Amino acid sequence: MTPERAAGVELPIEAVRPVRPGRWLGAAVALLFLVWLAYTIIVNENLHWDVIVAYLADGRILGGLWVTIQLTVLSMAIGLALGVLAAVMQLSDNPVLRGTSALYTWFFRGTPLLVQLIFWFNIGLVFPTFAVGLPFGGPKLIEWQANAVITPFTAALLGLAINEGAYMAEIVRAGIRSVDPGQREAAESLGMSHRQVLRRVVLPQAMRVIIPPTGNQFISMLKTTSMVSVIAGAELLTVAQRIYLGNFEVIAMLMVASIWYLVLTTIASVGQHFVEKRFERGHVRLSSRVRRNLSPLPAKEPPPSKEPS
Amino acid sequence: MSAPDQPMVRIRSVRKRFGSLEVLKGIDLDVPAGEVVCVVGPSGSGKSTLLRCVNRLESIDSGRIWVNGELMGYAERGGRLHALRPHELSRQRRGIGMVFQRFHLFPHRTAIENVMEGPVTVLGTPAAQARRQAEELLERVGLADRAHHYPSQLSGGQQQRVAIARSLAMRPSLMLFDEPTSALDPELVQEVLAVMRDLAATGMTMMVVTHEMNFAREVGDQLVFMDDGVVVERGDPREVLAAPRHERLRAFLGQVQ
Repeated sequence: MTPERAAGVELPIEAVRPVRPGRWLGAAVALLFLVWLAYTIIVNENLHWDVIVAYLADGRILGGLWVTIQLTVLSMAIGLALGVLAAVMQLSDNPVLRGTSALYTWFFRGTPLLVQLIFWFNIGLVFPTFAVGLPFGGPKLIEWQANAVITPFTAALLGLAINEGAYMAEIVRAGIRSVDPGQREAAESLGMSHRQVLRRVVLPQAMRVIIPPTGNQFISMLKTTSMVSVIAGAELLTVAQRIYLGNFEVIAMLMVASIWYLVLTTIASVGQHFVEKRFERGHVRLSSRVRRNLSPLPAKEPPPSKEPS
Repeated sequence: MSAPDQPMVRIRSVRKRFGSLEVLKGIDLDVPAGEVVCVVGPSGSGKSTLLRCVNRLESIDSGRIWVNGELMGYAERGGRLHALRPHELSRQRRGIGMVFQRFHLFPHRTAIENVMEGPVTVLGTPAAQARRQAEELLERVGLADRAHHYPSQLSGGQQQRVAIARSLAMRPSLMLFDEPTSALDPELVQEVLAVMRDLAATGMTMMVVTHEMNFAREVGDQLVFMDDGVVVERGDPREVLAAPRHERLRAFLGQVQ
């Protein structure tokens, strides 16, 4: 390299990185720990890897897996709908609607899910029959026995969805509030109705704020469904428990269930990543903003007026 | 709808308070059809609030506002005022375009989708027809080549021109501009004023809250100076700006020029 700087001469940076012995040491310790952990798990004879492999694709396990997926998807969908409804009510001008929504989130966030699940399963003790008719003791048109309607699956769905709705309400409300009030004004100035403003302008923008925590709720829900085992909900954990009560392979069956939970949550995490990217539309990060400003396209065009006024 | 001799906007004895602060203290103002009225005044004078009352983004506490012969926000039946239902209010707002200081484009939609949004959602215009119309409007504001850019990919001046096109897509009979160039970098102000100048030349009725005295002088048919919730002075912009009668206007002009 010559010391004088002639115009147009490139000066590449090929610097030597500083040595960081502490970091190397930490990495070596972490690697050693992982190898030791894997070794103890693999050679441990009490884990019964042959049993785990044999039961991974067992028909009963796959059936339980399917129930877990159904419970998760359905309770999230119903929970999201309830959450949007509760959030819109919460933001209403009417105090009764606001109060109803507040009571809902207060009660269902304030009591344990486990209690709610057992309660829904035993609702027949409080309301032996469900009927369609006039309220406050009026005539009934159709009537069902509670014990016939409330199966473990419907009880699980009720408990999970209603509980989820209370949490989703807060997430949706935060999302709606994050939208600039000017957006609402611009939409109203175009003559949009309240419903159109919400559907076309506010909710799509709130989504950007709503999606990441909703993804977390979904992943959390995949695992929360295991609570349904207290009412014998026939999902993954219940099935695994039933099997180990017969063959006493407790740890192996829990490993089978855990492997499937990990598969589900991993798939959900990847899905979350793509959904988030989809709703980033129109939001430009600083790097691309700089690229836009420095792009060879004219950033400023001449004023559009054709004739001088 | 409206008789030819009546003004596009008629404002009578309008008062508005926010809590204990009275921001409009009895405003009377007429905007004849086809004219450009520029409203100027120091910040806090109530000029933006007045504009927002015209399309009822703000309600008023007393007085009457008619746009195109229609009483805004109320229906008079049997000698009593009845507050309009939300959908009737929305219908009144359709005919009034509003351009904001901070643009308020829909960030999740491209420029052309922003312009199409009103006709498609509110008027039920078929998408293909709305697209053609939006292309024409973007051409008119000089942004045909930016149709598929998101607002975040546009400069402030370009965003404001898209916002004007978005309002025009509703074929309004009145356009309201709330300090349309105040949030812009100085070199971007002229491109927006040029679009507004073109629009005035087509005979659009406009109410413009602005600090651009040159624009008021060149394009305005009427200049209204507000201070502390009242109209202090009004008249032909060239005469008013050349020879202000009130001390408050002289002080204000000394500050902005």
